Amino acid sequence: MSGHKKLKDFQEQIEQCVKCGSCRAHCPVFGQQKRESAVARGKIALAQALLEGEITLDKRLVEDMSKCLLCGSCVNKCPNLVPTDEIVMATRRTISKERGLSPLGKMISVALKNPGAVRVLGKTGHRLTGLLFRKVAGNSGLRLRFPVPYIAKDRSLPELASATFLEGQPEFIPGKEGQPTVAFFVGCMINHAYPQIGEATLRVLRFMGLNIILPKAQNCCGLPALSSGDGDTARVLADRNLAAFSEKQPDYILTSCASCTHALAKHYRGLSQDHDDFAAKVMDVHLFLEQAGLVEQLKQLPQGDDNIRVTYHDPCHLRGQGITREPRALLRAIPGIEFVEMEGADRCCGLGGTFSAYHYGMSQGIGSIKAAGIESSAAELVATACPGCMMQLQDSINHAGLKTGVIHLMELIANRLPA
Amino acid sequence: MLDSRIVRILQETVGKENVSTEQADRICYSYDATQQRFLPDVVVHPGSPREVSLIMKMANAEKIPVFPRGAGSGFTGGSLPTKGGIVLVMTRLDRILRIDEENLIAEVEPGLVTEQFQLAVEKVGLFYPPDPASLKFSTMGGNVAECAGGPRCVKYGVTKDYILGLEIVTPQGDIIRTGGETMKGVVGYDLTKLMVGSEGTLGIITKIIVKLIPLPEAKKTMLVQFDSIDGAAQAVSSIIRGKIIPTTLEFMDATTIDCVRKATSLDLPESTRAVLIIEVDGDQDLINRQAKRILEIIAPLGVISTQVAETQAESEALWQVRRSVSASLRKVNPDKFNEDICVPRSKVPDMIRAIEGISAKHAVPIVNFGHAGDGNIHVNVMVDLKTPGEHDRAHRAIEEIFAETLKLGGTMSGEHGIGITKAPYIPMELDPIAVTYMKTIKRALDPNNILNPGKVFLEDQ
Repeated sequence: MSGHKKLKDFQEQIEQCVKCGSCRAHCPVFGQQKRESAVARGKIALAQALLEGEITLDKRLVEDMSKCLLCGSCVNKCPNLVPTDEIVMATRRTISKERGLSPLGKMISVALKNPGAVRVLGKTGHRLTGLLFRKVAGNSGLRLRFPVPYIAKDRSLPELASATFLEGQPEFIPGKEGQPTVAFFVGCMINHAYPQIGEATLRVLRFMGLNIILPKAQNCCGLPALSSGDGDTARVLADRNLAAFSEKQPDYILTSCASCTHALAKHYRGLSQDHDDFAAKVMDVHLFLEQAGLVEQLKQLPQGDDNIRVTYHDPCHLRGQGITREPRALLRAIPGIEFVEMEGADRCCGLGGTFSAYHYGMSQGIGSIKAAGIESSAAELVATACPGCMMQLQDSINHAGLKTGVIHLMELIANRLPA
Repeated sequence: MLDSRIVRILQETVGKENVSTEQADRICYSYDATQQRFLPDVVVHPGSPREVSLIMKMANAEKIPVFPRGAGSGFTGGSLPTKGGIVLVMTRLDRILRIDEENLIAEVEPGLVTEQFQLAVEKVGLFYPPDPASLKFSTMGGNVAECAGGPRCVKYGVTKDYILGLEIVTPQGDIIRTGGETMKGVVGYDLTKLMVGSEGTLGIITKIIVKLIPLPEAKKTMLVQFDSIDGAAQAVSSIIRGKIIPTTLEFMDATTIDCVRKATSLDLPESTRAVLIIEVDGDQDLINRQAKRILEIIAPLGVISTQVAETQAESEALWQVRRSVSASLRKVNPDKFNEDICVPRSKVPDMIRAIEGISAKHAVPIVNFGHAGDGNIHVNVMVDLKTPGEHDRAHRAIEEIFAETLKLGGTMSGEHGIGITKAPYIPMELDPIAVTYMKTIKRALDPNNILNPGKVFLEDQ
């Protein structure tokens, strides 16, 4: 049903791991745990042992396979480019097939397949904000008043929106004649928690004169399901998204969420020809805008007097696609902004979807390295291109007691556009 | 399988969380970069020299083999648990104990990753030169145990040239200090030198005192393309004869260049048959002068083109060509036997020619690159082990390569060590009496033969 590759389909890539140990220098989880089972080389050895029947699918193996951010840091630095992230995902699918979904995986599956219920939950959550959460100092998020499964009490969370982003939007916004038609894939984080990123993205797209389609029937991209080994749910969501975006044929499908782009462009491939065609249209909004000439347009805007020092965090799901230059080019072009690189800009923030639900301690540890980089950059704002990273960065900044603000690049740009 | 009593003693010694007999951990500590596998019975992560000492005493009493391990990135199997037993993973001991800027020394623990140490000393203007290709993940302890080298060793020497003293746990579990922190010292036998490169067979390193030098002010990287391997080889000897010792003198032969041609943005035309990457470091004035002089010396030797990096980014781009080699070798054949012979510098051209002959004779592709400046050539015999007979052909070729190396006055291994992969060839290089001498030392220090047994020397039948 799922159409995703099986673990045994990765046999050849698994054999390409020559056990050199390079991944030990780059894996954020290994950096925390310093045990071989945490690093790519170890996980590949375990996947191979599983294929060869040398190890059973026991609790320990499930635990080891959960200790991966799927950040791809090892893949990019591997001399043989062994796709450990995909091998881990395939192993997780094997685990859920044989042992059933984990309780968290089941929750994710139900939630993602029933967006209506999530909306009701979100609204209830929003109404009950005061009861459920307390505010973190300043305007830097909320924390739970009491622990909830899979969410640590000291994890900073964004406030749930009273209405989803898509609720308030028309299905079509006409642009200038001759401009391409783009469909906006919103994604769950923006739709439920960060609607302002959606608003900002639309403002920038309108500024560029694009025709914009906002399919109401769009769903989660499926990455949380894939990350918890649930290929079937991921497939259901992929099919629904295909249907939602096929009504009006857009030239491009744009996202402001690095993880959504990654899921749509990478993990929809190979499911069917239609999925391939869909994936081929998917593009990160920053990459698209840079290619569409936004840098030049930004440079022509009047320069403000203020000068805000801003640094940039590379979301793994953009870095993995080689998109690192374009967001920086946009940032540098925004009037009134002084761009500074931070140390370790390309290091994973430590969220990793289900990873941080299972291993919040390690997630925090990885986040604290990020926070140190942010602090030494002395930036007032850290901009990024992924709402997931934003949540984690805010959490790391709060724990480090920093004052740095977190903002999406689209918000920074939209704020500087003429009214 | 170890009996539960032993596991309990280990748990009491290092804490429960640092002892594992889980199948997953046994698998994860069964391999190194040789890709060979041996399952240990138990994986132990000690947290202090005292714990290491207690483990060795127990292991002696119980006759359990112990295999010390750093990052497990060795190329010859030095850390492989070939007889089961205990894998002793030293990576929890990873502190820099001190950097002494007055005496230009530092003291570190063995599990420290080499690059982490280098970055720390460079922050205060000091320099620890040994730079094995694995420096981002291999450990100081592993580097000392194998006497690691690297490209910069042409000018700066190898790991043994920087180790002043050690703390070791002996095979019988005593803790001793060797050497010290002075630049000179002749009291008693030089056990430090004996330990460096002994591949974890004579003691377990628990502290390392390292000599540091001032960090050179600047460096300059050049990539030179030659129309023949002879030209490149002659360039190496001419530069050295010209009384210039570059920081690095890396070469790649034609097969290597064919492999990386597509993996790099640099223009490498078909006519290029060899490449040298030459780096000089020191004061800005000096390196400009040296770079100029080097280019003059090599100009008549069939130079096709020369790229000189002016910035750090340009230098990185040139090095990228060299770094893309190891991954791209798979294009030739999926499996490789990676040898690291070393010949007198002036014999590099002879050696390369001999290898070409051996490659043709056995019909196995052999890819050569490496540290030409010190005669250390990485010889990669590329085979597909799924093809019947390839394994034997590779070994016949390797044996002939070693024979030729020795004939030219060289050695079988410059920096990777012997471990298990090269042990069968030891009699080719070492006099039987010398081997007996070495084995006598091992037997005297480790009478129960429990510390990394079966390494370096083949065991008596």
